Amino acid sequence: MTAQQKVFALIMSAGLFLLIIELVRRRRLAEEYSVLWLLTGVVIAALVIWYDLLEWLTRLIGAVTPTTTLFIFGIIFLMLINLHYSVKITKLTSQVKNLAQKIAIDENEK
Amino acid sequence: MNTESDKDVAIIIPAYNEAGRIASTIANIRKFTDADIIVVSDGSTDATASEARKAGAIVKELPFNLGYGVALQTGFKYALKKGYKFAVQMDADGQHDPSSIRALLEPVRNGEVDVAVGSRFYGGNYKAPFLRRFGMVFFAFITSAITRKKTTDSTSGFQALNRKILEYYSSDSYPVDYPDADVLIMLHRKGFKFKEVPVIMHEADSKKSMHRGFKPLFYIFKMTLSIFVTLLRKEEHL
Repeated sequence: MTAQQKVFALIMSAGLFLLIIELVRRRRLAEEYSVLWLLTGVVIAALVIWYDLLEWLTRLIGAVTPTTTLFIFGIIFLMLINLHYSVKITKLTSQVKNLAQKIAIDENEK
Repeated sequence: MNTESDKDVAIIIPAYNEAGRIASTIANIRKFTDADIIVVSDGSTDATASEARKAGAIVKELPFNLGYGVALQTGFKYALKKGYKFAVQMDADGQHDPSSIRALLEPVRNGEVDVAVGSRFYGGNYKAPFLRRFGMVFFAFITSAITRKKTTDSTSGFQALNRKILEYYSSDSYPVDYPDADVLIMLHRKGFKFKEVPVIMHEADSKKSMHRGFKPLFYIFKMTLSIFVTLLRKEEHL
């Protein structure tokens, strides 16, 4: 990994981290959701700084270059976050359904 | 016509934009039973609700369109709340012939079964598009194999049920996104009894059938998955 790549990855993860903190501060993002995102930023930063870990992981998963490892883990994280959203949406859908049914049932009832 | 009263029965009709035919569907039902008719308008944008009210039905209106299963479950929840002993679910488009209501209620009323499923495949000559018919036969076969009960029409939306089932259908276990063959398998696994009863069904007089919006291939995929996970699930608590 070149120094340039490292600097870029660190800037990105730091930027992500700050953006999330700011969104939570302004209450635009619930703490609950911020956890996964913060974790993503921290893990990327950790892998870049602790290069041995990244190389070890690269050998472990059989990747050729450490950059690939970073990308793979980035994508895995994104997939997990999306899955998390799908689960949330399923729950919300069910709640909206129950609410709508309750409104329909209780309307015009004495 | 018999004089027996069906005042402990709720006839549940989910309806989405059925103005123009809902009134005649209700009037036809009236010829055969004095049961309360509950129309659940699924976010209809036409006069479905007012026409149904004028025709003498109890109308419940969902604030927006949520799909057939949700509308149906709304009816179940309402019937449960209001203390009806039995319920009959029917389609709004006149596909289900109300002359069959009594025959359908009979085995549920006398306690023989918890659910009676109206089947159009006893002696009738029901026609359906190929893929749809394939789906019906396929899932009827799977349902029969799993429940070890002769099932010819697992997709039927013409059913009579008792209060135990009203309770079960009102729970979150009910697959509102597409209640179908998987419901029969769920019933079987919960230990409820059901059987098929021959009923008269007409072809819906427009392309908009009860499974509106569902493409046959997606239906087959969704139902297979649904049956599979139903079998994987442990006993659920109500």
